[in-house]
Amino acid sequence: MEAASAKHGVYILLFSLVTLSRLSHLAASSDLQIVDAERRIDVISHIVRVYLTLKVENTGKSSASEVLLAFSPEQAKHISILQAAVVVGKKRKKSYLSLKVNPTDLPDSPNGTKYYTAYLLNPLKTGESVTIEVMYALTHSLQPFPVEISQSEPQLVYYHDSALILSHYYIKRQKTMIRTPSSKVESFTRVEPADRKGAELKYGPYEDRSPYSYSPVIIHFENNNPFAVVEELVREVEISHWGNLQITEHYKLAHGGARHKGVFSRVEYQGRPSGSGASSFKHLLAKLPPRVHSVYYRDNIGNISSSHLRSDFKKSELEIEPRYPLFGGWKATFTIGYGLPLQDFLFESDDGRRYLNFSFGCPITETVVDSLTVKVVLPEGSKNPSALLSFHAEQNLETSYSYLDVVGRPVVVLKKKNVVPDHNIPFQVYYEFHPLFMLAEPLMLTSVFFLLFVTSLAYLHMDISIRKS
Amino acid sequence: MVSTLRYAFGNVLCFFILLLIGVLAFSIRLFSVIKYESVIHEFDPYFNYRVTQFLTKNGIYDFWNWFDDRTWYPLGRVIGGTVYPGLTLTAGTLWWILNSLNIPLSVETVCVFTAPVFSAFAAWATYFLTKEVKGTGAGLAAAALLAMVPSYISRSVAGSYDNEAVAIFALIFTFYLYVKTLNTGSLFYATLNAIAYFYMVCSWGGYTFIINLIPMHALLCIVTGRYSSRLYIAYCPLVVLGTLLAALVPVVGFNAVLTSEHFASFLVFIIIHVVALAYYIKGILSPKMFKVAVTFVVSVGLVVCCAVVAVLVALVASSPTKGWSGRSLSLLDPTYASKYIPIIASVSEHQPPTWPSYFMDINVLAFLVPAGIVACFLPLSDASSFVILYIVTSVYFSGVMVRLMLVLAPAACIMSGIALSEAFGVFTRSIILQLPGVSESQQISAGDAGSEPSADVIENVLKTDKDDEPVKERPSRKNKRKEKENMERPSKPSIKSRTEKRLLVLPLETSIIALFLLVLLGAFYVIHCVWAAAEAYSAPSIVLTSHTQDGLHVFDDFREAYAWLSHNTDVDDKVASWWDYGYQTTAMANRTVIVDNNTWNNTHIATVGTAMSSPEKAAWEIFNSLDVKYVLVVFGGLVGYPSDDINKFLWMVRIGGGVFPHIKEPDYLRDGQYRIDSEATPTMLNCLMYKLSYYRFVETDGGKAFDRVRRTEIGKKYIKLTHFEEVFTTHHWMVRIYKLKPPRNRIRSKTKKSKSKSSSSANRDRSVKRKKNPWH
Repeated sequence: MEAASAKHGVYILLFSLVTLSRLSHLAASSDLQIVDAERRIDVISHIVRVYLTLKVENTGKSSASEVLLAFSPEQAKHISILQAAVVVGKKRKKSYLSLKVNPTDLPDSPNGTKYYTAYLLNPLKTGESVTIEVMYALTHSLQPFPVEISQSEPQLVYYHDSALILSHYYIKRQKTMIRTPSSKVESFTRVEPADRKGAELKYGPYEDRSPYSYSPVIIHFENNNPFAVVEELVREVEISHWGNLQITEHYKLAHGGARHKGVFSRVEYQGRPSGSGASSFKHLLAKLPPRVHSVYYRDNIGNISSSHLRSDFKKSELEIEPRYPLFGGWKATFTIGYGLPLQDFLFESDDGRRYLNFSFGCPITETVVDSLTVKVVLPEGSKNPSALLSFHAEQNLETSYSYLDVVGRPVVVLKKKNVVPDHNIPFQVYYEFHPLFMLAEPLMLTSVFFLLFVTSLAYLHMDISIRKS
Repeated sequence: MVSTLRYAFGNVLCFFILLLIGVLAFSIRLFSVIKYESVIHEFDPYFNYRVTQFLTKNGIYDFWNWFDDRTWYPLGRVIGGTVYPGLTLTAGTLWWILNSLNIPLSVETVCVFTAPVFSAFAAWATYFLTKEVKGTGAGLAAAALLAMVPSYISRSVAGSYDNEAVAIFALIFTFYLYVKTLNTGSLFYATLNAIAYFYMVCSWGGYTFIINLIPMHALLCIVTGRYSSRLYIAYCPLVVLGTLLAALVPVVGFNAVLTSEHFASFLVFIIIHVVALAYYIKGILSPKMFKVAVTFVVSVGLVVCCAVVAVLVALVASSPTKGWSGRSLSLLDPTYASKYIPIIASVSEHQPPTWPSYFMDINVLAFLVPAGIVACFLPLSDASSFVILYIVTSVYFSGVMVRLMLVLAPAACIMSGIALSEAFGVFTRSIILQLPGVSESQQISAGDAGSEPSADVIENVLKTDKDDEPVKERPSRKNKRKEKENMERPSKPSIKSRTEKRLLVLPLETSIIALFLLVLLGAFYVIHCVWAAAEAYSAPSIVLTSHTQDGLHVFDDFREAYAWLSHNTDVDDKVASWWDYGYQTTAMANRTVIVDNNTWNNTHIATVGTAMSSPEKAAWEIFNSLDVKYVLVVFGGLVGYPSDDINKFLWMVRIGGGVFPHIKEPDYLRDGQYRIDSEATPTMLNCLMYKLSYYRFVETDGGKAFDRVRRTEIGKKYIKLTHFEEVFTTHHWMVRIYKLKPPRNRIRSKTKKSKSKSSSSANRDRSVKRKKNPWH
């Protein structure tokens, strides 16, 4: 089934190549051109990271303030994060200034090409040039082939891309480098000049390519790195003004690589750790903030006893093992919970409001999260919550009830699909809170006990018998 | 004034002691949580936990109507009608209350801590019961003893979420209310008693013990001429209301009037009415007329009795087991189960206990019980005769079935509490009476009432003991005020008891030494109980640990396997395993099982037993006909886990052979001995269980295949599976899961049999040779 779709994808690409070259003269209405483009694609883990260096020159008459980045629809679907920066200064004094990037739709995009617009800091005047660095991460872009493997086989995957950089602009000179995890490359499409040295594939340099040039390539190589996909992650951050930040994370983990087929033999797995189950994984590393305490790791049938916590001043590392090694297609669910000192994460802003500063993404290294929900549970009685993120995420408000709540706690819910470790950047939740609310529950308990004693006192001193004897 | 103050102080002290006993009962059961984790234990608790989850999720009406299709496939099980709902409803209610107060405890947490909470309740109920029998001092002692009696701890540690956890509380509380009604003659307590009995019926099948013990006691009272209207009020409402209420519980239903376990209560019900009538007529007739009436009544009564007995016999004889269920029959005839029902005999807790288990479970109480019985005879009251009857019957039952040790424990605690309290009373009294300084000051302080100074001292001592002697003699007190008056105005019998007490004074040295020894005995009991709670009874059995040189080693294989099943198999797949693991599989892996610990259908279990003891192909056919996708076996040979399927295997053969005669036990035994080494019979070496357990086991230790449980080399080392394939084996090999190969393959292998067979065997041989000894 998946092999078929892969084939299908190839046909689409071939078709698009033909049509694109035909359509190219229509779209080449831009005044910008790319003088030099270099692309490095990293397919070592299951997250594909692409680093693009573009030297853009304005050949038109008016100055330009935006640069369009083009992607094939297939790729655009898998883009998880895209960052662009402009290079300032030369050689030693090089520094990067990040640019604002937005997905854009063009009315007459050939073959459904998707665009991202990078907004330049200063408009690019006629004849000037600027170097832009673009980084984007693709998830679920390595297709296992064969789709099912047995325990002793290594995992082979396909990577589809184009030898030529898909661009809205004319590219004078370009080259592409692809790094594979090992030198075990089964095959790759040759688009001369193409070359392979060890674990690196090189396409290009190609000269003078018109806009929307496309030349599909397929690389078939061995990748035994853990394809850890968290299908669903719910992170609950609960703020207690008594000094604790409680985080609970519910994971639905799956092995996203080639599906395991047939027998699982423990004796082979334990006896020959290198040769058998190469693509399976059993360790995961979660990077937690420093000063973490009361860590637990369990699932819905109890503790999972295989985990180690190492912590120092800078970070804590929690090494966890699922109950069983995960082979392709196998799933596991678990929950990690830990407490953090509040003063490390909660601050007061200048306008008297409080804000929580906490990292957004999944703490487990090199994982893709298909659907991430972050719930920030504010203390009871807090008002006007608002979240501030550096990327787009769906936001809404809920109310939750916990330990003797009466009016409920406001919960800021943030949802995002397709999250990679690059999303592990802090976000802020602002809210207003009066410290008097902290005393509500202790006072309530005290009064309940007081009333209890008063009533028992009254009962013991009352004679409610009808007949005196 | 002084006495009121002392009385108030005593009450407050008593309250705090009770509170502490409750805390002790709760906290001594937390060893399992501290040493292991907060998790449901063993087998049956997992079922109860699953039912509770269903109840909290779907509500009470869906619970009553719940048809569970995840078990006993393809038959299913009507949970609402076959389960004692008391425990689940209790925990469900607790959870509901907590959650409506916005205390977000999970269902699991509530279930884990239900048993410790109810042990605290049970300790308090014991206090009340013993107080009714022998006064506050004995009550406190009994409650403290019960709070930590190992027998009860074994069933009620945190996580042991089983019926017994709440049932023991219900049992003691029902007895308390019965004795309370007996002492007061209050209809209010009689009604409460029926409700408590209802709760007990909801909770545990052991309610039949109550409904047999109480009639026995009523009969005893009548026979010994202790009949009173109080007995009538204590007994009759209980039988009428109790039977009606019991019939409301679906699992009991009409059994409450149809099975022999309940007949004793009806018989005594008739007798007590006859006796009541006799007493009534005796009251209104002159003695001469009464004699005439007696002859008349006796003749009529005999006729009626004969008729009733005839009906009963006819009813009983019409049912195949003579109206008795297997478990109850094995109570009366201890050898019954092992003779006729292997499925009951196969459960270790249905075996008769050994002597060491008495010492383990009730410890020093065993020595204190006789003293308690003696104390109960001085003087014998309705209440004390009841506890005597209770201890005697429960000793018998505990001798039949080790599980019923649990019923013995409260009785032993009550008796020992009475014994301890009486002994302490005697010794302290003799010390106080012989300490010259003390007695003089007592004389001065309390020299206002009596003529004899020494009697005053004794009276004071009596008061400090908070002895209910006068109260017991006049049980129909209405409220506390009256009780107080009683205390202040000693009635006539207490003068008699005073003189009795005078005679009980022992030499000073003897008393001091005896006190010291008693304290030592108590200390020994406490140490033993804490040891038992911490070491012997707190293992959850779902996760095993062992101590090695390099620290604690955890064997979490069961949950590993269940988690694997729940995440990596289809939700409708059926898993076959021996019935022990049925409840756990449905609860933890959420997969349909063929048989489980409910064991209601012997044939079904026998089918699985037959499959396990058949050769591979026949087994495949049985399993395939049951839609089974996976077969789960527990194997302890690699790490030395003794309660694995190979050790249970003979029961599978026996139970299977009981229904399917082609499975014969002698085929699996060599000269009457069960062995798995090269001496084992070919039937044994070729049966499915053997193959699944030892498949590729030889590769773990380089060709030796040494079984660490049986301490021998296995008989057949290179095992070839044709109809099953290994799909998962846990880290320590304790659970192995095999998948049935689809039938399509089988047909193809038939057509080109020779070729595929030879190639596969060649393959295997090669692979075996290639990786010799992967462990070194």
